[in-house]
Amino acid sequence: MRRLSVAEAVREAIAEEMRQNEKVFCIGEDIGIEGGFGGAFGVTQGLSEEFGHQRILDTPIAEAGIAGVAIGAAIMGMRPIADVQYGDFIFVAMDQLINNAAKLRYLSKGKIKVPLVMRIPVGVSGRGTQHAQSLESLLSHIPGLKIVCPSTPYDAKGLLKSAIRDDNPVMVFEHKLLYGATGRKEALDVSMDVPKEEYLIPIGRADVKREGKDITIVGLLKTVHTALTAAKRLKKEGIELEVIDPRTLVPLDEETILKSVKKTGRIIIIQEDNLFSGWGAEVISLVTEKIFDYLDAPPKRIGPPATPVPFAPVMEKYYVPDEEDLIKEVAKIMG
Amino acid sequence: MIDKTKISPNKFIETYTTMVRIRQFEDRVYLLFLEGEMPGTIHLYQGQEAVAAAVCANLRREDLITSTHRPHGHAIAKGVSLRSLMAELFAKKTGCCEAKGGSMHMGDMDVGMLPAIAIVGGGIPVATGLALASKMMHSGKVAVSFFGDGATSEGAFHEAVNMGAIWNLPVVYVCENNLYGASTHQSKVMKIKNVAERASSYGIPGKVVDGNDVFSVYEVAKEAISRARKGKGPTLLECKTYRRGGHSRSDACRYRGKEEEKVWLAKDPIPQARKKLVQLGVLTEKKAKEIEEKVKKEIKDAIEYARRSPSPEPEDTLVNVFVGGEN
Ligand SMILES: Cc1ncc(C[n+]2csc(CCOP(=O)(O)OP(=O)(O)O)c2C)c(N)n1
Ligand SMILES: [Mg+2]
Repeated sequence: MRRLSVAEAVREAIAEEMRQNEKVFCIGEDIGIEGGFGGAFGVTQGLSEEFGHQRILDTPIAEAGIAGVAIGAAIMGMRPIADVQYGDFIFVAMDQLINNAAKLRYLSKGKIKVPLVMRIPVGVSGRGTQHAQSLESLLSHIPGLKIVCPSTPYDAKGLLKSAIRDDNPVMVFEHKLLYGATGRKEALDVSMDVPKEEYLIPIGRADVKREGKDITIVGLLKTVHTALTAAKRLKKEGIELEVIDPRTLVPLDEETILKSVKKTGRIIIIQEDNLFSGWGAEVISLVTEKIFDYLDAPPKRIGPPATPVPFAPVMEKYYVPDEEDLIKEVAKIMG
Repeated sequence: MIDKTKISPNKFIETYTTMVRIRQFEDRVYLLFLEGEMPGTIHLYQGQEAVAAAVCANLRREDLITSTHRPHGHAIAKGVSLRSLMAELFAKKTGCCEAKGGSMHMGDMDVGMLPAIAIVGGGIPVATGLALASKMMHSGKVAVSFFGDGATSEGAFHEAVNMGAIWNLPVVYVCENNLYGASTHQSKVMKIKNVAERASSYGIPGKVVDGNDVFSVYEVAKEAISRARKGKGPTLLECKTYRRGGHSRSDACRYRGKEEEKVWLAKDPIPQARKKLVQLGVLTEKKAKEIEEKVKKEIKDAIEYARRSPSPEPEDTLVNVFVGGEN
């Protein structure tokens, strides 16, 4: 074992899969340039040295092209890992992802497979409205796309490897503040031991990141860590949070969530993504539809206000839900 | 060639001063940023000053521009106040976006600059729409879209320039070709040598100009803008230039060749302009010094203003999402 950051874990997953399967390749902006950045967050740093520029394919600034070209290559049996620098640029590629990646199999009598991986960095990180949005709920709305959201290096590696091997289009969301050294003050250090031996994490299985008897907290990406921090503080007051990380939104591991809420009788969602029509609402619907009688308190969601992401640190702090917000809600629910 | 009869001496001096103002602003901002006084990231404009200064010198206050992730130069040239720009960088309530935007979104509608659009290529269709409205409303306004070489690979560029062309809209597309989109050299992403060649596929004029020569840019911009204003349609101007620093805050430019850097860095637009103006007898070295001193004071004032300005309130986050109410 050795400690890896999320960026390193993702890089290792890509490299392992590229070594094992020559059909796997990366396509994106500024990912393989000599003397360059290795993508916006350094994830592909060094890969072009090992795999060459044919397989670490630098593109023009053209997200619709990147997504569409990757889809075409995937249909022919290649396994592209496409990259947008910031999730916010995925809007430029939306038509290709939603109208093509998610639909061509359906239209082809099941003859077409689109084994596309799209890596999408999301989340607030001090860059303002157009470099900050969370898009996992938005894309989870589209039947035909799998949605993966790892919160730790271990999960990031195991899930990305599964995504690359999956025959469906998989949207992999990564949080900018979880990558590791990105030069951002607010970045969290989530580096951890990751086995050297190969492992996979199946898509569609949630993880109980912390066991507790009092309240089920469901977080995603960075808010998993927010919940864990709150849990540590509340332990001192004798409150035990159970922290569930769905890890994938589509497909959603309903069983793990329901089992937890049956035990605790209470659920709070903490999400950075917009609340309206968001993934948290989906999880709460699930709970109220299936195990309403187990609930001892109304379910609750914590999230940002319904506004764009503001730039100034004081407003940004107000915008992003943090452990204080969560602890306040816990206090209310525990009465 | 510079034709003194075509530009008044005052205009010469004004445009030169704008370049100096942008350079000093960016140099100061860079230091303030390194010292940690500014949050976020910055994309600086040093080296490209001649483009913003010469293009905007030909615009009226009510004319409109769109800009990019690298907007400081455009904002200064279009006349956004230095105080409000500096305050925005300091994330203060008095900033030109009330601290909602930061470096990548500078703008001020009072002087005809939309908040800069940081999505590469995103401003080009919007500028085309500004021009469409000008035509439909007979307002006589011209729109200018500034964008980089990299942006011309986006679909938005193609769609918008074509629309501007078919409807003969009063818009000028100004491509600042600094040879790189982030770390990627132009030669890796297009087979043509000049972005301006793309104009022919839309049936509009395309002009290549030395973007480090403020006089050349001035001449072609003047022609393109007056053509647009007369209803004769858009022009694609390609200004060949070079950024003197990194793409963004922490970029050491290791992807640029030393030889290439040497050649381009020697072609600094500002000393070049000063030399010519002195030769023409429009400027003296003494006067040039005075301009520098004057600008230095303006920037000092802007920094002091920014420092003493209040921060926004957290709840200001909620303001201006919708017309007619807070959410
Ligand atoms: C749609 C989109 N894709 C990618 C980016 C990331 N990005 C920001 S600036 C930039 C390079 C832009 O190059 P160019 O248009 O030449 O402008 P320059 O930076 O040289 O001024 C890139 C790739 C972005 N902001 N928007
Ligand atoms: Mg460029």
